Amino acid sequence: MRWIIKRLIIAIFTIYIVITITFFLIRLMPGNFIDMMVYYYMTTYGMSEIEARNTVYALYNVVPNEPIFLQYIKYLFGLINGNWGKSYISNKSVLEILLYGLPWTAFLLSVSLTISFAIGILLGIFMAYRRGTFLDSLLSTLSSISRATPNFILGLLLLYFLAIYYPIFPARDSYDITIEPGLSIQFISSVLYHSFLPMLAYILTSFGGWALAMRSSAIRVLGEDYVMAAEARGLKPGRIARTYVGRNAVLPLFTSFAISLGYMFGGSVFIETYFAYQGIGQIIGLAMSWRDYPLIQGGFLLITITVVLSNLLADMLYGLLDPRIKRGGTYGG
Amino acid sequence: MVDRLRTLEKILSEHIYIPLKILAKDKRALFGLFMLIAYILISLIGPMIIPLDLTPNLEEKYLPPSWKHPLGTDFAGRDILAQLVHGGRDVLTAAFAAGIVTVGIGTVVGIIAGYMGGKIDTIITAVIDIFLTIPGFPLLIVIAAWLLQSGIPITILTIAFVLSITSWAGLARAVRAQTLSIKNEEFIEVDKCLGLSKLYIIFYEILPNLMPYIAMNFMLSSVSAIYSYTGLMALGLIPLTPGNWGAMINMAQAYVGTITGAGATYILAPSFAIILLQISLVFLANGIDKIFNPRLREW
Repeated sequence: MRWIIKRLIIAIFTIYIVITITFFLIRLMPGNFIDMMVYYYMTTYGMSEIEARNTVYALYNVVPNEPIFLQYIKYLFGLINGNWGKSYISNKSVLEILLYGLPWTAFLLSVSLTISFAIGILLGIFMAYRRGTFLDSLLSTLSSISRATPNFILGLLLLYFLAIYYPIFPARDSYDITIEPGLSIQFISSVLYHSFLPMLAYILTSFGGWALAMRSSAIRVLGEDYVMAAEARGLKPGRIARTYVGRNAVLPLFTSFAISLGYMFGGSVFIETYFAYQGIGQIIGLAMSWRDYPLIQGGFLLITITVVLSNLLADMLYGLLDPRIKRGGTYGG
Repeated sequence: MVDRLRTLEKILSEHIYIPLKILAKDKRALFGLFMLIAYILISLIGPMIIPLDLTPNLEEKYLPPSWKHPLGTDFAGRDILAQLVHGGRDVLTAAFAAGIVTVGIGTVVGIIAGYMGGKIDTIITAVIDIFLTIPGFPLLIVIAAWLLQSGIPITILTIAFVLSITSWAGLARAVRAQTLSIKNEEFIEVDKCLGLSKLYIIFYEILPNLMPYIAMNFMLSSVSAIYSYTGLMALGLIPLTPGNWGAMINMAQAYVGTITGAGATYILAPSFAIILLQISLVFLANGIDKIFNPRLREW
């Protein structure tokens, strides 16, 4: 229990740090963010300076000449109450824009992550059993290539060859926009069809990392006494591979879960931009090219929250699967 | 003096000769090493042999590969091979600079946490955990957005430094764990009894044992630095520098999408330049991992 509380505190603290970093980075930005916004409203909506200034102050809850610390406290309370600021391109609430994109990204990433994790685990344990053979070295090479290939490059090549040059798959959008969204077979198949290439880009570039990690973890477990004892007891090899080797070898992989998820979220900026897929990644990419700071800030915060929560989940799962961790003995090692 | 030489010899054989022997047996690691050397040589010498001419020549646009243009020409009739060769220096510099800074921060922080222990260790471990969970690339985007607005010139070194901010924590955690396990070994006890200083123990006993791990992480930080650097540029999120591979992908993506077939080499050339470099670095890193982790060596 103490262990879970410790993880929870670190998780909350991580989110808090991210909020603080982005707040001060953007508020203390040279060239003053507020003046920039005032200028933006003057030029875009033809307001007078006073009018524009009042609008901006109202929009961002800024009281002129308020100490930065007070602004910071207000910002924190605003976040907790769901006031994440307004995007200054579309004038919509940041949270609203991001929550529209979140399900799409979550769908894309969770399916890709599950598939690549499963492929990686199976390949890894297979390679560990066949270590030293030609097949092992071939699969290791393939896994290294998968791990090394940047997902945005593979995504771009897939897009270029399989969606534009040979238009087998759609080149943009997360579903066919002529179809009414709903629980119809048509809509679901359209979603799957549109997500095929982006998922392929994620899976092909991330299964290798899992496979290599699983391979070395499984080789370590294969050298343990309890595996030898199980063999000596005459247990079936399949059962040893599943319950003795597989389960124990998978455990350490949970610790790299957050890093992997963070990495995939990073890749989503590319993949979703290239495939014009309506997720958070594309929103952040667009926000970045428009210099829409509230939206960038919010997007980063939402990604962090997602990664931190998933990580917490993985940690709890880890603790559940491996009782040694809960006692706090091997944590961090 | 003789003692010093003997220690040096011991360190050399333990940490240089033997690892090199293991590396020599690993075909993939050797391939990676040679490719890396080739990349460095091409980036250093190539620009002297192949001049970069960026003046548009619209009559020669989207030419297929030929003797004059081995990789064809781009949308403005400029030689792709020349751009590729000239772009290497930027990418390699950013990658290695980021690798050095990352490894520097990670090692120092990790050793301090592991060796000092106590409250310092608890605090540093918490900081490491926080940095490990903050998604690196999105953080990079926020920092890049800030840099663009702040007027600080975005040079290769600023980029390398920013890239390291997001990636030192993984190494720090591993170095801490290694330091903890070495700290209680008998030979360290002997050193302590002999009255040797902390610095001596850190530099002569702990650091050499961490060397393969540091080298491996240097490669892997370079890999992620290349990913982020070329990726940010490919999306046009940081200012493009001519000939840079990421910039080439950015342009190719903008121009090749509208035409079909003709510009294929423009998109393929920088893509494979990056992929091959990444593969070489990962192969080399895996080879170094085998030096560090004898259990992986059973073949």
